[in-house]
Amino acid sequence: MALSGMRGLSTFISDVRNCQNKEAERSRVDKELANIRTRFKNDKGLTVYEKKKYVWKMLYIYMLGYDMDFGHMETVSLISAPKYPEKQVGYIVTSCLLNENHDFLKLVINTVRNDIIGNNETFQCLALTMVGNIGGRDFSESLASDVQKILLSNSCRPIVRKKAALCLLRLYRKNPDAVNVDGWSERMVHLLDERDIGVLTAVMSLLVSLVAKSQDAYWSCVPKCVRILERLTRGQDIPQEYTYYGIPSPWLQVKTMRVLQYFPAIEDPNIRKSLFETLQRILLGTDVVKNVNKNNASHAVLFEALALVMHLNAEKEMLSQCVALLGKFIAVREPNIRYLGLENMTRMLLVVDVQDIIKKHQAQIITSLKDPDISIRRRSLDLLYGMCDVTNAKEIVEELLQYLTKADFGIREELALKAAILSESFATDLDWYVDVILQLIEKAGDFVSDDIWYRVVQFVTNDEHLQVYAAAKALDYLDKPAVHETMVKLAGYLLGEYSHLLARRPGCTPKDIFDVIYDKFAVVSIGTKALLLSAFVKILLHSQPQDPDLRERVLEIFKRYECSVDAEVQQRCIEYLTLCAKGPSMVDIMAEMPKFPVRQSALLKKAGDAERDVAEESATKLRVQQQNSTALVVVEPQSNGAGPPILTPSAAPVQKKQASPSDLPPSAHPAALPVGNGHTEVSAVTAEDVSVPSLPEDPVTEPTPPPEPAPAPSGANLLADLLAPLAIEAPPGYAAPDSIVDSSQDPGPSAGTSGLAPMQSSGPADALALALYDGPSTKVQPIGSVEDWFNALVIKDSGILYEDPFVQIGIKSDWRGIQGRLVLFLGNKHNASLTNVRAVVLPPPHLRFKSSPVPDTIPPRAQVQCPFDVFCLRASRETAVLEFSYNNGNIPVSAQLKLPVLINKFLQPVTVSANDFVARWRALAGPPLKLQEVVRNVRPMPLIEMANLFNSLHIGVATGLDPNENNIVSATTFYSESAQATLCLIRVETDPSDRTQLRLTVGSQDLTTTYELMEYIKQQLIDTPPPTMVSPNVPTTIPTNSELTGPAALLNGLI
Amino acid sequence: MIHFVLLISRQGKVRLTKWYSPYTQKERTKVIRELSGMILSRGPKLCNFLEWRGLKVVYKRYASLYFCMCVDTDDNELETLEIIHHFVEILDRYFGNVCELDLIFNFHKAYYILDEVLIAGELQETSKKSVARVIAAQDTLIEHAKEQSSSLSNIIAQATK
Repeated sequence: MALSGMRGLSTFISDVRNCQNKEAERSRVDKELANIRTRFKNDKGLTVYEKKKYVWKMLYIYMLGYDMDFGHMETVSLISAPKYPEKQVGYIVTSCLLNENHDFLKLVINTVRNDIIGNNETFQCLALTMVGNIGGRDFSESLASDVQKILLSNSCRPIVRKKAALCLLRLYRKNPDAVNVDGWSERMVHLLDERDIGVLTAVMSLLVSLVAKSQDAYWSCVPKCVRILERLTRGQDIPQEYTYYGIPSPWLQVKTMRVLQYFPAIEDPNIRKSLFETLQRILLGTDVVKNVNKNNASHAVLFEALALVMHLNAEKEMLSQCVALLGKFIAVREPNIRYLGLENMTRMLLVVDVQDIIKKHQAQIITSLKDPDISIRRRSLDLLYGMCDVTNAKEIVEELLQYLTKADFGIREELALKAAILSESFATDLDWYVDVILQLIEKAGDFVSDDIWYRVVQFVTNDEHLQVYAAAKALDYLDKPAVHETMVKLAGYLLGEYSHLLARRPGCTPKDIFDVIYDKFAVVSIGTKALLLSAFVKILLHSQPQDPDLRERVLEIFKRYECSVDAEVQQRCIEYLTLCAKGPSMVDIMAEMPKFPVRQSALLKKAGDAERDVAEESATKLRVQQQNSTALVVVEPQSNGAGPPILTPSAAPVQKKQASPSDLPPSAHPAALPVGNGHTEVSAVTAEDVSVPSLPEDPVTEPTPPPEPAPAPSGANLLADLLAPLAIEAPPGYAAPDSIVDSSQDPGPSAGTSGLAPMQSSGPADALALALYDGPSTKVQPIGSVEDWFNALVIKDSGILYEDPFVQIGIKSDWRGIQGRLVLFLGNKHNASLTNVRAVVLPPPHLRFKSSPVPDTIPPRAQVQCPFDVFCLRASRETAVLEFSYNNGNIPVSAQLKLPVLINKFLQPVTVSANDFVARWRALAGPPLKLQEVVRNVRPMPLIEMANLFNSLHIGVATGLDPNENNIVSATTFYSESAQATLCLIRVETDPSDRTQLRLTVGSQDLTTTYELMEYIKQQLIDTPPPTMVSPNVPTTIPTNSELTGPAALLNGLI
Repeated sequence: MIHFVLLISRQGKVRLTKWYSPYTQKERTKVIRELSGMILSRGPKLCNFLEWRGLKVVYKRYASLYFCMCVDTDDNELETLEIIHHFVEILDRYFGNVCELDLIFNFHKAYYILDEVLIAGELQETSKKSVARVIAAQDTLIEHAKEQSSSLSNIIAQATK
């Protein structure tokens, strides 16, 4: 063995092992490092043997956890050594010490390539292994074709080819272009005929990755995979060395079934039948045996088979059989199987409708919530959360509450959040909901985030019947000793608002209530104090006639805190003192909060954020995304429209796309939008102009990130930029005529009725609104206007889409007929890698996107390209939205960007003769094929400029057709899948005396196209284009992704 | 895919690490510290899976050593568990009744063998025989090179350089 010859290394290892303590070890290691360093410095005297020895020592030291800041060059240089022993050490240690982003790796690409294409098989293996383990994008670009050749080669031995397959898999993950070869899928089919199981296993791993990204290309592999699976399960033709405890390669079986999961609809009846027979055999034929490994292996296969059944749209009977099996598993003693049973039940819920069958196992699942193993408890919690609906919500939430006090800290926050969401989503009466949250705060106040109690405030404010109950309950809880601060906040807020409703009850005089609150005042944080001050002033002003004693005490508190070091508290005290002095005329200012617009719960979003994406989209995730989101369905919209919608989140991880626009009335938009536009100035002005308190938007400085005022405007800004038109068109009744505080100052919904919006209200409201779309992620702001960039891209084919201090997104596009190709250039401007990079396009129903995956990481100062193919299905003015996010170090940044894929991109001007034009023009009789409208408020521009605009919009101008020189006519072809090439004729008649109006006529053979084009041209001509909305006469005909209906509209909806 | 492989002793000493996803030096140290704390404190009768930062760690204890592999949440856990066992069996066959000490003094061997079992975080070879053949061939190559370098003619060549 090699080491036997390396005495120095063995001695060193023994020395380190003999060290009595960490210090001794450290000094021994330091001594060795110093030695290696000097030896490396005088490189000349070093033999290859010594070099090898030192490099091994380095790896050992590194493994012990010491930093290795030198010697990398020496290690890497061993790769170039001519002899096997040195080369091997070089390759192996390099792949352990360095990660794919290390610059030194670039230096050896050539050497590595020579080894790969050379004819020394052992060198080939070493090189392929290293590239497979740490190869990055650079390697992918220069080596992919060589690796492909080896994989496909007839002359290479299996040992090399299987390494090549996995190496190619790595290169593909780093850069999908690695297998961007015509006919690659046929080659994959061919590779599946491989007889060597080792190679076949590696090829199957590669195939899993390939189909995860693009199923369509690999349909032809399906029959082969089914046959392989059949062969394996029957144990036909499998060499002895490839059976594992008597099971024919369980790993290959698992991988093959994984591939098949991406093809839910196998049409060929023979193949389908044979697959189901195989699956049935696995499901029925797997027994529990004594040998642990055999058991594990056979159950690995069984669980994969279960997963495959879920994806194959199997018959209900087979699904019931699966659930029954899982039900058996969750009750066994063996913890692994119990864990997997629960996990797979949860997955099953996401994919198929088996809720009713799973409910039968509810008792057992609840028992698992008390399992000694946290992994199992987590699974059980997840499953309970997923299976909860109106019928079992009370029971499940009750269990969660009971468990909360005993649960370990690691799981409490999640538990609290889930209990809150369930109680909110499935509450049949809201009293119960309030009870649950109050209990939640009482039992685990530390783990109840502010979002949870903000949400209670929202519900209580919106439901008059709930107010008395909530106030009474809050009083009960607050009156207890040792109350959690969150409880003080919530109860303080509720009592401030609604305690006057309790006035007739015994022991509920304003003074009594004041006493209860004041009792906690001394011990709470300054932020909560500020909130309680508002409660005090409200209690005082709501009580008529005022209790002089109470008045004295409240004023005394204000006076005491008038000099508080906290600016917020100080300001409130001064303002409230002044208000109280003004007498009863000011009572209105302290009126109850108006109702909140109905919003999606911020909690759901929070729960969804916990999900982390993985390198390859699993079949389950894909399914969940493709499915019509059953996630948030308004079961029972309240009659008054203000009540909380009862929502059924049956699928936990899909929250991101859940908000159906229907439960977000348009009134929700303006409330949040003005935050972005010069919000700070507005509030400053109000402060001076009006002699009443001007209230900063979130005076109750909460400890959690979402309500922090600082990040909020920036987040809003970005979106406000995107959606600026909405802000202008506030629905009537929203601007309060005599509001003391400018309505745009208060981002909450309060501007409507009451004059002064009490600040706490804006606290919750604001935070909720913001939490919907930002979170802490918007500290990074774009440097420039996203809207301007977008507008420029509408008429250009390349340019900047987005830029912030760390990243720049450029776009280049190319349009041909119904098809377009967009290339996004993601450039990292920063000196560190950007991780977790994600760019997902949410296509509107009229566009089809074929996207390529975005690499997870962008190395420093590097640029990556992501091509997208777009197909236009029909005319529509909706825009696709790019959800872009990345992490800069630990700071997540995200932005939602409209993509410049508009109707005009699918236009192509055509030249027609005057006669032809007139003939066609006449042929279009009138509405709906030919529409005419007088457009006012046109941006005044000279005719030549309008012609230029038309040209840049691909509408074109046909000169000389219209005798009137003040008119523009044009003929252009619109390409779409539904209408193919549609000739559109456009005529603009301008009025030289009044450039702000014109008459626009648009005609085509397709009514949708006519309408949409008309509207689009109007948008371009008018100064403030109306917001993009789903036009009423365009039916959404793609039910499969109806939840995506208009991501831009959805985006609008969210704010 | 497998994001990384860790071998940790019961005392929390690292015996082997292999990273298939790009973790920086700092992250690696942090991951090891975090996971060894979590895994070593788990009782013996619990399941072999641990959810951790949106990923899943599948681990198994063999005598004084914990073999851990970190996979995606959707990966097949039992399959991974048996990859661990497969690796252990191969080590066992190679060293003959493998113990922690073998892996300490021959840690580089463990790396060779792992490279024959996994590439790119995916299982490369499921036949123990096939892996054993490859490792044996490698050993021969190295022995051969050593013999060459210690042969008389080579020593003379070195001396007269």
